[in-house]
Amino acid sequence: MSTTETEGRIYDVAGQDWDELVKTVSESADERLVVNMGPQHPSTHGVLRLVLTLDGETVTEARTVIGYLHTGIEKNMEFRTWTQGVTFVTRMDYLAPIFNETAYCLGVEKLLGITDRIPDRAQAIRVLTMELTRISSHLVAIATFGMELGATTPMLFGFREREMVLDLMEYITGLRMNMAYVRPGGVSVDLPAGAVDKIGEFLKVMPGRLKEMRKLLDANPVYTRRTKDVAYLDLTGCMALGITGPMLRAAGLPWDLRKSQPYCGYETYEFAVPTQTTCDVYGRYLVRMDEMEESLKIIEQALDRLSGPLKGGPVMIEDKKIGWPAQLALGPDGLGNSPDHIAHIMGGSMEALIHHFKLVTEGFRVPAGQVYSSVESPRGELGAHVVSDGGTRPYRVHFRDPSFTNLQAVPATCEGGMVADVISAVASIDPVMGGVDR
Amino acid sequence: MTTENLPGLPEEPIARTGMFGSRDSGDTSGYNRLVVRRPPKLVSSRPYGSYFDDVADALEPAFADAIERVVVDRGEVTFHVRRERLTEVMKHLRDDPALRFELSLGVSGVHYPEETGAELRAVYHLCSITHNRRIRVEVSCPDADPHIPSTVQVYPTHDWHERETYDFFGIVFDGHPALTRIEMPDDWEGHPQRKDYPLGGIPVEYRGAEVPAPDRRRSYS
Repeated sequence: MSTTETEGRIYDVAGQDWDELVKTVSESADERLVVNMGPQHPSTHGVLRLVLTLDGETVTEARTVIGYLHTGIEKNMEFRTWTQGVTFVTRMDYLAPIFNETAYCLGVEKLLGITDRIPDRAQAIRVLTMELTRISSHLVAIATFGMELGATTPMLFGFREREMVLDLMEYITGLRMNMAYVRPGGVSVDLPAGAVDKIGEFLKVMPGRLKEMRKLLDANPVYTRRTKDVAYLDLTGCMALGITGPMLRAAGLPWDLRKSQPYCGYETYEFAVPTQTTCDVYGRYLVRMDEMEESLKIIEQALDRLSGPLKGGPVMIEDKKIGWPAQLALGPDGLGNSPDHIAHIMGGSMEALIHHFKLVTEGFRVPAGQVYSSVESPRGELGAHVVSDGGTRPYRVHFRDPSFTNLQAVPATCEGGMVADVISAVASIDPVMGGVDR
Repeated sequence: MTTENLPGLPEEPIARTGMFGSRDSGDTSGYNRLVVRRPPKLVSSRPYGSYFDDVADALEPAFADAIERVVVDRGEVTFHVRRERLTEVMKHLRDDPALRFELSLGVSGVHYPEETGAELRAVYHLCSITHNRRIRVEVSCPDADPHIPSTVQVYPTHDWHERETYDFFGIVFDGHPALTRIEMPDDWEGHPQRKDYPLGGIPVEYRGAEVPAPDRRRSYS
């Protein structure tokens, strides 16, 4: 341990020297303490660093430091084709990959002017996978939140249920996470045989599991004391700080892009936008629980359509200059182009081979211009500002990630509160650092 | 032959010639004679359609000189605003009852190295919850004088977004409470999202062949 005299007394702790520290500090009357929480702290949702100035147990100043997970996704995308961009964006907010892909693809489709030509089946599959992902994302939010408050049962429940969703995603897309499933023009592959039944089983089990979770937490006295009236942020604060998603809806505003500015056909589904008026952590928890129940309703409707009127329809745009030429199939070394397609281009049609080669290596051109497309991700408005110069690669793609913006609420929700409440405040924001830093 | 009756030929500057970006060998294909011009600079005139006219009506009386041009493209409207008047325009957009763009979705930067005098752009996406509308405000500044007034006073959410744009593009937002880097380390040199900043990377060997770094690969754009 070392002490230096610059601005008051500064005590550096290097570990193993706690006795010495306690002895030195007890001699001083100063209660002000600057604590560096993170970037490797288990309850900061990844690599978030919080610099907290404490006066006793009270937080007088909370500063957020980010950038530890910056991977240059936006820059990298400028050197890949429009379709390859999907592989990058899916890694941003890794708890809700389908939303990243959809926001990006909606932007590319808007630039191409093909929004109305996306097959209905592809749109319904997008809705289905997005709502499945919303459930898994909210489950992680609530699970990790429980664990951070010291309750391991919600954690076990949450991750157990999430596993069911991830298994479904693996069955549909081939991957549990980072699936690059949504592509400009549709989705990469149709639902496999048996997917509808599997999701149907999930729909039977899940309501009971959500009820279990609610039984455990809704009226739990320890839980409510840690969450009620904690991290208060009202509507004015939310608007000024640009907060969207469950935090905004817990402040009483039923603002949900699925309702107000629908995309992917959300206007044809029946669901409610849950709100709370408590503006606190408990309200945000309730909003998330209610949203999962609404998501189940949407999944059920999407499933009815996919197994009914939309059965057998195309899942990729019929435009041969944009749509990926091959359906994917499972081979010995993972997902790849289907054997039928390979036989066609290698043995049947020279033109199809040239076309495949051009589209896969060169990609398609996107007319110059800029658009903004947005979806309601589990954390709020996920926007993509997509700029094209007319080439085969994005000129610039910027993501307005909701976690990035919502994290700005840390000082507003934490300062003046107890240090223990910082944990629940940050957890109720539910930031995903992959999305924050990109 | 007279050319009076022919439609005007594109006069935009040349973006590139040839194909695949190769310069090192003789032209045996004829592709090197290909010329691709830059996309034309769009300017829309009235009527803009949709709710865009209403927004322009509410904005133009007070700020006719502040708006350089209006672009309506793919169902979205962009107001190009002079940087000197940006904060006033933003405040008006937020407070005027006919506009009420309460929610800002932050700042995005774009670098157009070829557009002399307006290389750097800050792009703001605003959303009105009252009227359920969206607009885009675009501000430009020259590379030689990369200053744009900060709008944190109007939209506090721009705090981190302006830091991000500064970090990646080097646009200095005058009046920002603490304009420091946010994603890159504090002592980083350069602004990585600019077009003159290399992506970097190393060649990778794969099954006996060498795959060049992403920014060295053949480009079709």
